[in-house]
Amino acid sequence: MRGLWQLTWIEIKIFLREPLGALGTVFIPVIVFVAMGKLGTKLFQPSELAASRAFRIDIPVFAALLIAVNAVLSLVSIISIYREGGILKRLRATPLRPQTILTAHVLVKLILSAITLALTLFAGKRYYASGDNVHAIGFTIALLISVCSILSIGFLIASIVPTARFAQPIGSVILYPMIALSGLFVPLRAMPPGMRWAARALPLTYCVSLLQGIWKGDQWLAHVGDVAVLAVVFLFCTALSSKVFRWE
Amino acid sequence: MIAPKPIVKVSALRKTYDSFVAVDDISFEVFDGEIFGLIGPNGAGKTTTLECVEGLRTRDSGSITVLGLDPFRDIYKLQDRIGVQLQEAQLQKRIKVKEAVHLWSSLYRKPAADGDRLLEQLGLAEKRNARFMTLSGGQKQRLFIVLALINDPELVFLDELTTGLDPQSRHAIWELVRGIRARGKTVFLTTHLMEEAERLCDRVAIIEHGKIIDIDTPEKLVNKYCPERTVVLTAEDPRAEAYFRGIPRVEEVVRKEMRFTIRGSGDDLVTEVIRCLSENQIRVSDFRTVLPTLEDVFLRVTGRSIRD
Repeated sequence: MRGLWQLTWIEIKIFLREPLGALGTVFIPVIVFVAMGKLGTKLFQPSELAASRAFRIDIPVFAALLIAVNAVLSLVSIISIYREGGILKRLRATPLRPQTILTAHVLVKLILSAITLALTLFAGKRYYASGDNVHAIGFTIALLISVCSILSIGFLIASIVPTARFAQPIGSVILYPMIALSGLFVPLRAMPPGMRWAARALPLTYCVSLLQGIWKGDQWLAHVGDVAVLAVVFLFCTALSSKVFRWE
Repeated sequence: MIAPKPIVKVSALRKTYDSFVAVDDISFEVFDGEIFGLIGPNGAGKTTTLECVEGLRTRDSGSITVLGLDPFRDIYKLQDRIGVQLQEAQLQKRIKVKEAVHLWSSLYRKPAADGDRLLEQLGLAEKRNARFMTLSGGQKQRLFIVLALINDPELVFLDELTTGLDPQSRHAIWELVRGIRARGKTVFLTTHLMEEAERLCDRVAIIEHGKIIDIDTPEKLVNKYCPERTVVLTAEDPRAEAYFRGIPRVEEVVRKEMRFTIRGSGDDLVTEVIRCLSENQIRVSDFRTVLPTLEDVFLRVTGRSIRD
């Protein structure tokens, strides 16, 4: 893994130099999250707010998931831009191992997502008071498991999209509907059978179940199934993309 | 004379993409300390061959040895000892020149060359803080040469190094490549510019449709395929034309007013023309010889111009 830290650090700096790079990924989620919290405290009494499932659980989990999905989409798009520009090929013609190059990109996304998430939760603390008793380490681990799994889906998409122009739209078309069906907006129980069946087939559903559970204080034992599914998704997508990944 | 030591050996290399045969059973050697050029039109198989030798592409069959290593199997060992410049490569748009140099020098196991000195030698010192996307085409190519030399490699690969550059940058880069050879390195390059090959290469291999047509020094190739010589002169003497026609091995004399174009074959043609002028005391006001170039060789051996 020679060069991993150098490459990761340079990629972080490059990303922050993008116009809207830092602003778009880090600050906008924070601002939206805080604005929703402010709106909540204006519209509802504190007691109502504490009782609201949306404000207790769904919005924080949604924010976390959205940050993760955005990170993955940005990864998909960077990989395809780098491939199209011959940057991946150029990096590969050095002693950098292929897995080092890809790991560096994953690390960049993980680090930026973690910073965004920490800022979001910190800034929103006042408005989402019920978050106080959340087990932060547990939730971080749950989020990391979810992100790795979504990232592996992202890599699979990045492996097969033909051009950079299609990377972002194809990624969005695959990932955003998954959020819609994930049980975050409509609980699985309330879905018609066909839809529920579709939701069960989507990996994000298990992310949501895991994140919601850990956020509200469930035991890990109750979510072994979710973790198992996400692990299988991760292994499957990683194995498949290592077979079909194109460097140029 | 010591026999040249081959440091790249390619034998019976073959590479196909689906049904397209990109490289068709080619063999050649690159010797220690020379500038070797693979020349041919676009799509002839130059880059595919080079990338197989660099270990970036798998071959279908044949054997390749580079510095005693198999470039595909021993790619990581080899990469420490070679420098690579790829055709039409890019870097991250917003990476700074000094960051790229620093990253590259951190990647190699052996102590890197002095990046700052290289930047200076290649005229990029004042661009250290510039982002890649703000560099001109020539500056980008020079940066890629810096990166290819950062590990002080024994063998440097340059793929279409000066394509798309203006003549001035092109000449500057040729000078740099000669400098690489002067430091005892071997250079293996590809180009579709015959002038570049002629000015730069010690030996060239002409490749077309994935096959090597011939390998030799540019001068020998010219002598072999285009032995004809041309002398163009201006003489006002009315007797001149008849005398010129009498010179041995002259094949053609074309006269346009006072201007004669004399074509013939063999190295002696020019001497014979001069002797004829002096013996017959013909006064000339202009005299020059036109030698065939690699461009003509290419036209002769492939039946088409390289620009087609």
